[in-house]
Amino acid sequence: MSAVADTHNQEHHHGPAKGISRWLLTTNHKDIGSMYLIFSFAMFLLGGSMAMVIRAELFQPGLQIVQPEFFNQMTTMHGLIMVFGAVMPAFVGLANWMLPLMIGAPDMALPRMNNWSFWLLPCAFLILVSTLFMEGGAPNFGWTFYAPLSTTYGPPSTTFFIFAIHIMGVSSIMGAINVIATILNLRAPGMTLMKMPLFVWTWLITAFLLIAVMPVLAGAVTMMLMDINFGTSFFDASGGGDPVLFQHVFWFFGHPEVYIMILPAFGAISHIVPAFSRKPLFGYPSMVYATGAIALLSFLVWAHHMFTVGIPLAGQLFFMYATLLIAVPTGVKVFNWVTTMFRGSLSFEAPMLFAVAFIILFSIGGFSGLMLAIAPADFQYHDTYFVVAHFHYVLVPGAIFGIFASAYFWLPKWTGNMYDETLAKTHFWLSFVGMNLAFFPMHFLGLAGMPRRIPDYALQFADFNMVSSIGAFMFGVTQLLFLFIVVKCARGGEKAPAKPWDGAEGLEWTVPSPAPYHTFTTPPEVK
Amino acid sequence: MRVHAKRALALVTGLLLPAVVMADWTMNMTPGVTGTSNQIFSLHMTILWICVAIGVVVFGVMFWSIFAHRKSQGHKAANFHENTLVEVLWTAIPFAILVAMAVPATATLIEMYDTTESEVDIKITGYQWRWQYEYINDGFGYFSSLSTPRDQIENRQAKGENYLLEVDKPLVIPVGKKVRFLLTANDVIHSWWVPEFGVKKDAIPGFINETWTRVDEPGIYRGQCTELCGKDHGFMPVVVEAVPEEEYVAWVAEQKEAAEAERQLTQKDWTLDELIERGEKAYASACASCHQPNGAGMPPAFPALKGSPIATGDMAAHIDIVVNGVSGTAMQAFGGQLSEVDLAAVITYERNAWGNNTGEMVTPKEIFDFNNKE
Repeated sequence: MSAVADTHNQEHHHGPAKGISRWLLTTNHKDIGSMYLIFSFAMFLLGGSMAMVIRAELFQPGLQIVQPEFFNQMTTMHGLIMVFGAVMPAFVGLANWMLPLMIGAPDMALPRMNNWSFWLLPCAFLILVSTLFMEGGAPNFGWTFYAPLSTTYGPPSTTFFIFAIHIMGVSSIMGAINVIATILNLRAPGMTLMKMPLFVWTWLITAFLLIAVMPVLAGAVTMMLMDINFGTSFFDASGGGDPVLFQHVFWFFGHPEVYIMILPAFGAISHIVPAFSRKPLFGYPSMVYATGAIALLSFLVWAHHMFTVGIPLAGQLFFMYATLLIAVPTGVKVFNWVTTMFRGSLSFEAPMLFAVAFIILFSIGGFSGLMLAIAPADFQYHDTYFVVAHFHYVLVPGAIFGIFASAYFWLPKWTGNMYDETLAKTHFWLSFVGMNLAFFPMHFLGLAGMPRRIPDYALQFADFNMVSSIGAFMFGVTQLLFLFIVVKCARGGEKAPAKPWDGAEGLEWTVPSPAPYHTFTTPPEVK
Repeated sequence: MRVHAKRALALVTGLLLPAVVMADWTMNMTPGVTGTSNQIFSLHMTILWICVAIGVVVFGVMFWSIFAHRKSQGHKAANFHENTLVEVLWTAIPFAILVAMAVPATATLIEMYDTTESEVDIKITGYQWRWQYEYINDGFGYFSSLSTPRDQIENRQAKGENYLLEVDKPLVIPVGKKVRFLLTANDVIHSWWVPEFGVKKDAIPGFINETWTRVDEPGIYRGQCTELCGKDHGFMPVVVEAVPEEEYVAWVAEQKEAAEAERQLTQKDWTLDELIERGEKAYASACASCHQPNGAGMPPAFPALKGSPIATGDMAAHIDIVVNGVSGTAMQAFGGQLSEVDLAAVITYERNAWGNNTGEMVTPKEIFDFNNKE
């Protein structure tokens, strides 16, 4: 079979290297993909344990476990680690593993740069996490690091934080360039753009978003660096600077960033839902156009994060309308998934369970997003737990469930073994219940008036906070089960055929399981 | 066994019941007490029900598929994958719903932005971590700080009814008048929020933001700072007391008199003990959150004052730091925040507390001279 390298003859030259150098020096997309995924899961557990500290402190009113300074460090580091360390690298890992397999390419287009963009990440996070042990503590100004709290009033470790952000940005930009170069140049003959699998499409668009906004973030932190260390006043009002400028620049990065964290999941879900519905995806072209529309609109809505900063009425109206408009393409995607399921032949293995939960719960996050877009009502929602509920509903059942669904969907391809379906379903149900218990009450807390980022709260918020903490502990502990399932699957189990899911489509299912170290050395033909 | 079971049940009920009875499971936004907050509430409920309706339809179709179109029940998959008509419809209908939603939202927003024709103007300044209210037309102002005792926060004492939502001096406004708020901040960004008014606006250093309210029902209304502003962000509540017009006028007159009396105090001859006594109070409200009640500070951000070269060394340098702050650090300029009497008292207290037994004092008159020399 031409799709697979003949490993018997060429093992000497083409098998993986032995020992640590295999991982340090590898240029193989599968090795790098695995490293990204393992790294991101380690960060997920680290960021998650910080969330456990937060929820433990908020279990009851009063200060019990940590002091407010440390609480603020926990909320800040939790956000930074989850966004930049867990979600983004997980999607890059999926891209590394799956893009070449899906488009029939032998590897990523720029394999050495691929190695470099991965190894920058552990360096960046080593620096970021080390700030916890510095004098004055880690960054404590929230993951949005608004100036001047993060500049004039920031802890001495802020400069290390800036350096870490720069390194992450370099890594992300190189990863994005690699994705674009791979997709545009290495597709199998016959695979036109409108025949590309949706995961490839969504990642192509995500990569363009990354290249557009990561330099903006780098600009923002560089201005901070100058303000802190070189006496400039970009964000310092007493020196003629403008604290609101920081927010504009940050959210010009920050809003596309939320789509960077969700679009690849949209792509993966668009493979999983048809596979387990045994029916082609409904409305492929409209899925592609909707993704493009969401990406374009994401550049025009940043100030909806700033409805209370006092932007003029005209600006307020523009950003409200533009934000409402995003609901249209997002709605199209949800309707397409539901219609794909409609009159299918459905079965509910773990990937499908996570995918269905993704659609329902992400929609709930979308609904609260629609509510937040109504500018006058946002004056009541802004910076309360309603916002916390909203973005956790888009990120946990959105990005994280999308990643779990993808992991279970492709694990047989990666390891050659089927995972334990019973354990995986248990993982799903515990995560589902825990997640809703943790985050749904936050809607009520926010509406009842609880601000976000506070270590202690008034008595009327006590009950729902306790419920929320219990749910969070449940969700947190459940993730150790996922680790166990993956390790168990990697070490053995029922052998997986090349195509373990009868309804699945795509080139990745034409190579054996586990996927050999080198695949598609001769490109396949796509009709 | 049954007896044990009953006892256990009684015990569990006994433990849980008070919690359930006292429970406050508020789930929705308050309609509030102003026109604005009522309009916001009705927008909120409208969009909520629209979302619920869309959710019922979409998830209804989905759950029907989940139950009726299962492989395990032998359902065979259809093979359709496009339908132009439904795709156009489910793009156009949501768009129409959004337009319908945007119309009332725009009207409300225009009204919220109309700060003209106010009858009372109050300047609100955010500080780490308290609010300053200045009645700019009447020439007086004061700070409003959290009054919940530390013992309640640290769980050494039962928590009061308004735990974390109580202050030493609330903002007082008259009912039935359009009150305009001018918001700014002295250090970092804060945000002033009273849910029952539907008013939330960021207080940003270097900017003056405007917003307004008109409250018709007298009462005490509570809110909080909603923009992360450092370690005590969770401990700077907003309390507003809305009082009838006559009461408000009397209160303003009283405040003006008190402000005048405060100015007179500068001329008084103070003794060391009087200054230390007054300084201890001023220190607790203005300095202790950073430098700590025992003067140990929280290095490196907040240095210790106990035994520090500044609090025990040159008097002029000490006065300069307290009055003018240290630029580029968290040390604010207190010259504009504290009266001359309080400045003198705080400095005297710092030089004589926690073993800093210098025995030195500075009088309000000396602070006055220091300020006017510059």
